Amino acid sequence: MKSSVITFPGSNCDRDMDVALKKFGFNNKMIWHGDHELPKSDLVVLPGGFSYGDYLRCGSMAAKSKIMNSVINFANSGGLVMGICNGFQILVETGLVPGVLLRNKYLEFICKNVFVKIDNKDNPYFKNLNKKVLELHIAHNEGNYFCTSEQLKEIEDNDQIAISYSNKDGQVEKEFNPNGSLKNIAGIFNKKKNVLGMMPHPERMIDKSLSSEDGSIFFKNLINNIK
Amino acid sequence: MVVNEKIAIDHGLKKEEFKKICDLLKRVPNITELGIFSAMWNEHCSYKSSRLHLKKLPTTGKKVIQGPGENAGVIDIEDGDAIVFKIESHNHPSFIEPYQGAATGVGGIMRDVFTMGARPIANLNSIHFGSPQNKKTKNLLRGVVHGIGGYGNCMGVPTIAGQTSFDSSYNGNILVNAMTLGLVKKNKIFYSKAAGLNKPVIYVGSKTGRDGIHGASMASASFDEKIEEKKPTVQVGDPFTEKLLLEACLELMAGDSIIAIQDMGAAGLTSSSIEMASKGNLGIEINLDKVPCRENKMTPYEIMLSESQERMLIVLENGKENLARKIFDKWNLDFAVIGKTTNSKNIELYFQNKQVANIPVNTLVENSPMYDRKWKKAKLPKKNRIKKETFTKLKIKDVLTKILSNPNVCSKEWIWQQYDHTVMGDTIQKPGGDSGVVRVHGTNKAVAATVDSSAVYCWAHPLSGGKQVVCESWRNLISVGATPLAITNCLNFGSPENEDNMGEFVECVQGIGEASKYLNFPVVSGNVSFYNQTKEIGIKPTPSIGGVGLIKDHSKMVTMDFKEINNLILIIGKTEGHMDQSLFSRSILDEKNGPPPEINLFNEKNNGETLLQLIKNDFVVSAHDISLGGMLTAISKMCIKGNKGFEFNNPKLLMSEIEYFFSEDQGRYVVEINPKDLKKVINILDKNSVHYDEIGKIIEKDLVINQKTKVTIDELKSYNTNWLKKYMS
Repeated sequence: MKSSVITFPGSNCDRDMDVALKKFGFNNKMIWHGDHELPKSDLVVLPGGFSYGDYLRCGSMAAKSKIMNSVINFANSGGLVMGICNGFQILVETGLVPGVLLRNKYLEFICKNVFVKIDNKDNPYFKNLNKKVLELHIAHNEGNYFCTSEQLKEIEDNDQIAISYSNKDGQVEKEFNPNGSLKNIAGIFNKKKNVLGMMPHPERMIDKSLSSEDGSIFFKNLINNIK
Repeated sequence: MVVNEKIAIDHGLKKEEFKKICDLLKRVPNITELGIFSAMWNEHCSYKSSRLHLKKLPTTGKKVIQGPGENAGVIDIEDGDAIVFKIESHNHPSFIEPYQGAATGVGGIMRDVFTMGARPIANLNSIHFGSPQNKKTKNLLRGVVHGIGGYGNCMGVPTIAGQTSFDSSYNGNILVNAMTLGLVKKNKIFYSKAAGLNKPVIYVGSKTGRDGIHGASMASASFDEKIEEKKPTVQVGDPFTEKLLLEACLELMAGDSIIAIQDMGAAGLTSSSIEMASKGNLGIEINLDKVPCRENKMTPYEIMLSESQERMLIVLENGKENLARKIFDKWNLDFAVIGKTTNSKNIELYFQNKQVANIPVNTLVENSPMYDRKWKKAKLPKKNRIKKETFTKLKIKDVLTKILSNPNVCSKEWIWQQYDHTVMGDTIQKPGGDSGVVRVHGTNKAVAATVDSSAVYCWAHPLSGGKQVVCESWRNLISVGATPLAITNCLNFGSPENEDNMGEFVECVQGIGEASKYLNFPVVSGNVSFYNQTKEIGIKPTPSIGGVGLIKDHSKMVTMDFKEINNLILIIGKTEGHMDQSLFSRSILDEKNGPPPEINLFNEKNNGETLLQLIKNDFVVSAHDISLGGMLTAISKMCIKGNKGFEFNNPKLLMSEIEYFFSEDQGRYVVEINPKDLKKVINILDKNSVHYDEIGKIIEKDLVINQKTKVTIDELKSYNTNWLKKYMS
């Protein structure tokens, strides 16, 4: 399986993602933001970090990078594109997934483990995953998901909510919402569910020395689904 | 402008120093030259009050690749790998402008580390604020934490450990000390020593602006009521540019183009160019018209003294300019050939085709002033005699509640949750433990790091305090299973021109030296920050020690959370009941006098090395050193972390329970072991003549202190976590 991770100026989880993808069997390539063409890929990942220093608005400048035309075409033709953290922010700026990511409710960067309930398993990312809740890690300042009520209705009607902040039993309540996200949304799909944007970092939870192995479960399942 | 004595004094130079400059040059300097002298001769850059004493620190050892004198220290961690690390202060700017001051402190120390070719793998910090009741404290704390996070998070380097304290002596002078560890291959370390003639001198990174002019001079003076006017001397950080600079520099360093490299930190282009020339015993010629400037009409004086951030100076091999330029173009960074190395041994500056400065390099470095300041020796204070009734009147649970929620003991989660501590995917021990631990990427090794200080002990008796901080660092590394290797120190003191403050400095340094020598724990880098003082009031002496250790097999790392019900708890080291200067005496009895706990270096070393032996034999299930707040505080924290209870067996005590639980005797650890290993453990302890007490066992819930006193884990948690959250909300 071939994957591509895009490096933007200021990306800083690109290496971590490369390590994770390779560990679970992807043949991964690092792609420079200034390139025009994506190599042949089964999965494209927009990694976390601070592309362009988060200046102007998180993800806004990276969304206009040369390589993004190629990524957008790839997504529109049904290719799998996953944006993590800053990658999610870039995805909303391109319009590939709906909504925006505002500053966290308490105006502070948050770095901690969270539980997320998987809301939709009818897609290549979570299909066949035999857990309903994952423990993952968040590290962001702008993860407070927001959209208009019309957009929300459309998102819900299409089952586009991918994961929601919850407790370890999968209860989605306000008290488990770390950043003020609308409906506790931690990740969403586009309509066709080939594009996934999410704030949590599965690539930081990939072996037993780290604080959870649920990232491993996610990646193992993902590569099996793509095969 | 014709330079005279008054102008020199306005630049922070003393009358005699100005005379010395004129004598060395055999003429009166022009204004640009005067600016350069003032930048090189201030306390921050010249170490003129401290050099004499720093020379006495042990700086060598089997594991030391590079000691003090370079951008950072370097130690060997085997297999061709090395760790580059250093701690540095950014106190003065952080008090004037907390966000930018703290942010550029973090940026500066990371630059020191990657200048040597190392990729930063961990950040730490030690931050000290005034009393929580002081009206400035909350905003300063918030600003500093946001600044540290803002810079470190953007760089993608995890912040893995730190220390925060509150004390009214910092009301007018907060402390912000930032530390970075980087990983490098032993054969790819870069130094700042220039070599060869006519080699191109390259400027890379951000453009030069008017920010931070005289920053280093500002950091070499006390504060007064005009402090607000000093805002323009604070630098402005741009972590995004630094991230690009990091990647570009490491890309260039992969090849063999670089002869020498030096970051532009304090005193900017001035100190970087002069240090490279001085170390190489060369001259350097710079055409200031070539320096990329952010603003129009900058004068040579401003260009040389600007402390704009995210800039580097490189001496390249001839003919490598284009290759290097391509890399910096790719990362959208400025790149300019601004000069060359010469054999004149002078620094020569040209601007608009005119020579604007010509100074022999040695006058700026070797001939810089060095003072043997007067200092006063501190006496060991007399012990307090506390009446037995004082203790019996108190309820243990009330005391424990107060201590766990004390600002200096309570959980600092509110702070470290704002720092990305897991990026790079190798953090195996997060903040909140005894040390932060990161794996050496792709290997079985891990590096542990901790930063510590004990201003109260240092204030009560500087010599004991200096020793204690080194020992605490050593214990924090051992508690996670790391072999301590070396330290870096950040020495924060008041004015060296005051005999008491200078005495505190001299004796703390002596204490640090004695302990690090005895423990074979050498000092490989550091920095001195004097003049942490507003008008006549100085801070408590606060040396911060950053310790680094190696865990050869990271699966043997130890954490402090209690793990298994029915496991036994031993205290390694003897509990003698020393109460003076303990948190109990200071906060519950309001007794501020008396000596700090004594340090017995033999026991310290023996206890630590024996515990390491137990860890290596897999006998230790959890461990934690006993420090501020004493034994019961340490045990409470282990209960909280592990979500388990603990029951004391009824000890036969020669002292009151309060003394037993809250005294701060040194050299002690709490250790959890499986009952089946007890005999073997005792055997090793006895063989090494280590004092131990078996004090109780882990139970499912509740901390059972005695027959009458029981506290639930939830209560412990709420005492420990609520204070800071409430304070900041």
